[in-house]
Order: sequence, then C-alpha cells, then structure tokens
Amino acid sequence: MAFIELRSLHKSFDSKQVLRDMSIDIDRGETVVIVGGSGTGKSVTLKHIIGLLKPDRGQVIVDDQDVTAMREMELNRFRRRFGMAFQEGALFDSMNVYENIAFPLRRHTKMKENEIRARVEECLEDVHLHGVEKKRPSELSGGMRRRVGFARAISLKPEILLFDEPTTGLDPVISDIIAELICEMDTKLGTTTVMITHDMKVAFKVADRVAMLYDGHIIEEGTPEDFQKSTNAIVQQFIEGRAEGPLTDID
Amino acid sequence: MTAIFERIGLTFIRVFEQTGLWFGAFADTFRWMFRRPFDGREWLRQMVRVGVDSIPVVVLTSMFTGMVLALQTFVGFRRVHAEQFVASVVSLAMLRELSPVLVGLMVTGRVGSSMAAEIGTMKVTEQIDALKALATEPVQYLFVPRVVAGIIMLPFLVILGDFLGIYGGYLVAVKLMRTNPVVYQQNTYQFLALNDVWSGLIKAAAFGLILTLTGCVRGYYTTGGAEGVGRATTNAVVSASLIILLSDFFLTKILF
Repeated sequence: MAFIELRSLHKSFDSKQVLRDMSIDIDRGETVVIVGGSGTGKSVTLKHIIGLLKPDRGQVIVDDQDVTAMREMELNRFRRRFGMAFQEGALFDSMNVYENIAFPLRRHTKMKENEIRARVEECLEDVHLHGVEKKRPSELSGGMRRRVGFARAISLKPEILLFDEPTTGLDPVISDIIAELICEMDTKLGTTTVMITHDMKVAFKVADRVAMLYDGHIIEEGTPEDFQKSTNAIVQQFIEGRAEGPLTDID
Repeated sequence: MTAIFERIGLTFIRVFEQTGLWFGAFADTFRWMFRRPFDGREWLRQMVRVGVDSIPVVVLTSMFTGMVLALQTFVGFRRVHAEQFVASVVSLAMLRELSPVLVGLMVTGRVGSSMAAEIGTMKVTEQIDALKALATEPVQYLFVPRVVAGIIMLPFLVILGDFLGIYGGYLVAVKLMRTNPVVYQQNTYQFLALNDVWSGLIKAAAFGLILTLTGCVRGYYTTGGAEGVGRATTNAVVSASLIILLSDFFLTKILF
C-alpha cells in the first residue's frame, strides 16, 4: 500500500470543475513532481494532501489514515508530520526570519529558547542562509524568502515535504540553486516529497517520478526518463513548451 | 422588474450569509479561547494595540465631546433657567451613552480596519494557509487574542473617556460659562447611580467584541488580492459601526 494515496478526487469551485477523478499513489521516501499548466489544479491537489481543502468526492489517505475524514483537532495534530513550502514563501510578515522559523517550534514543542535558537540556526544552515535571522521578510529577495520558507517547513523535522511551485518567478540560476537545495534536503532528511511545478528542468532534476495533471486528472506518470519519452502529444508539447499542439488547440 | 427582485433577493441572501459567518466565527472564537496553547505574548501585544495605542484618539474625542455637550446644553437650558442640570446631563450622557458609543466607533475606525487589512493581507498572501499547514488554528492564533483584547481594553478606554468627558464639560461650564465649580461638581454626582457606570462598561465590552470580531471575520473571508483587502477594510468599518449602533439600542433597552 502506498504511503500517500489520492483516490478519485473530485473538486469544483462554483461551477468550475478543477479535479475530476484524480488519483495518484506516492511511496514512502519517494519524490514525486506533479507538473501541469496554470490553473490545472496542481496547488489544489497539494492542498488536499495536507487537508487545507476537502474534496467534493474521493479520499486522501496518508499512512493509512483518511485525511478527508479528520476533524480539525485531529487534522492539526496530523499536520505536524508535514512541512509545506509555499509559492512566495508565505512568511509571516509581522515576524522576522528567526521568529518565522521558531514559530512552529514554540507552538508545538517544549524546547527551551537556547534549543530553539540552535534548531533555527541548523535549519538556516540546511538552506545555506547566514546572518538573516533579524531581517524582515520584506527585506529578502524572492529566492531567500523561499529558502526561509523551506527552513520553516523543515523545522519540526517532518516526514512529508510539500513544495508549491518553489521556483516560479525566479531567474534560471536561482531556480537551479533551489532545485539543488531540494535534492539536498531530500537526501539529508529522507522525507517523502511532493512538489508541483511547471518548470520542467527543475522537475526532471528533483523527481524520482514525474506526473502530469491535465483536465483534472493525471494523464501520464513515470520516471523522468520515461516521462520524457512519453508518446502523449500533450505531454510532449508541455515538455517542449511549444505554442502549437493539442494543449493550445483545445483552448 | 425581475432583475430588481433578483437583486433584493441576493442582498438578503448576502446579509444572512454574512450574519451566519459572524455568529459561526463568534462560536469558534469562544470555543478556541479556552484551549491550549495560550499565547500570552500575542494577547498582550493585541491589548497594547487596542488599548494603549488608542488612548490619544479617545482623549481627544471624549474631552471635546464633553466640552461641546456642556456648551450646547448650557445654551439650551439657560432658556428655561435650568442651567444647574447641565452637569447631570453631561455626566449621565457620557457614562450611559456617549463615551461607550464614541469610543466604540473611534476604535472601530482605528483598530477594526487595521485588523481586517492585516488578516486580509495574510489571507491573500497564503499566510493563513501557512498557519494551518504549521498545525495552527487561525481562529485561535488570530481571532482569540484580538477579541480578548477588545473585550478587556474597551471598558478601560471608556472609563478614561468618562472622566475626560465629564472634565471637559466642567472646564466649559466653569471657565467659560462662569458656573459655580462646587455646585457643578455636586450636580455631576447627585443624580448618578452605580448602574450608569456598569451599563456603560458592559456596553463597552460588547462593542469591543463586535469591532474586533467583525474586523477579523472581514479579513479572514477576503478574496481577490489588494482590491479585496481594500474592500474588506471598508466593509469592516461600515459593518462594525452599524452593528455597534444597532446593538446599542437593544443593549440600552436590556440594561436600563
């Protein structure tokens, strides 16, 4: 049985159906990257895994527990097993970098302040940041904000890491550095990782398995090598980033 | 014609929907108020923000309201030779009505709006989702400290407003209108009952709850980026002010 199972998810917002019969299995320790165009439901999928959204139909099973059936208290306890890095970092702008990373430690552990300080420094070390503890999120560059977001996500030593478009809006060099960092964190922490992106270079670099979300469900999945050899015209158009093809014909 | 009915119907649905959200948030806030962890530092921070930081605006509003009330009543009462009642009118009006309502409205403009803007910005920048992902209930972390601060600090601000309003009236009557200060002081307390003070403070606590919770709810349900945050801020001030004015009547009816 897979560690994370999305079983036949359906989700609509008003009259717009975003997910339709979306299913995918993710094994423990695996890194799965879900790719797809804008507005195809990638973020929605990720938010279902951590219980930020509830499906209209279908189930999300994580480690044999049904996330969709959990009540808020149970869900809050369960979420401590996750670390989620948001698209723009989603750092709390009323706090500095140190307080952002210390936030989950202060709320969910009984660590003393010196232990918290040591853990914050360790997390910042993991994302290769130094001397930024006192800076406010508004004083950081886009790449730094994401790295602080990663540091906050790993502070509770989670089993599962979720990355929501970690390289969107960054230049290619910084994107590559971020991708390297995710690989490094993956290896060091041994987490099960789910990442969503539309950056194929990053996807192929990071993933054990790549899946493509289209029309509300997964249309192709496989190792990066198999995925690149896919005969699906939609997948090929997306990988090559061509303007002409079945993706744009339908639009 | 159908369009008019449709618009009226939609307005009613929206009002009921918003009322439902407000009472839902009210119940959730009280449910989470007594659950661990208690974030004392955040509670204090919000108390300073709602209470201490609002002192200048309360000082000015209350003092000048007391002064203008004394001035107006003095002019009116002189026509019927009842100047001796000015002191009683000022003190009763300030304690029972003006101080709680004016402080409520002023703090709504200052604090309720900023709460809606702050939480609204957190919503549109995914900080609320980040809170949830960090296993933190937003109602407990955001609503509870703000609402507690509103309930506790508004009565203190109203006490300050009461004193300053009455003192403002005294200044105008004694220094400007040449009333006998001893008589004025006697008349200030002569017709007061303890209930006048208590009812004003109960109102203040209720208004503190209303303005903070409305700010939080409006912010929390913000949609649509920067424009949505702006809308939420305006709505927070308008809704909270209206609820304060409407509930003022019912509270007065119940408390007197």
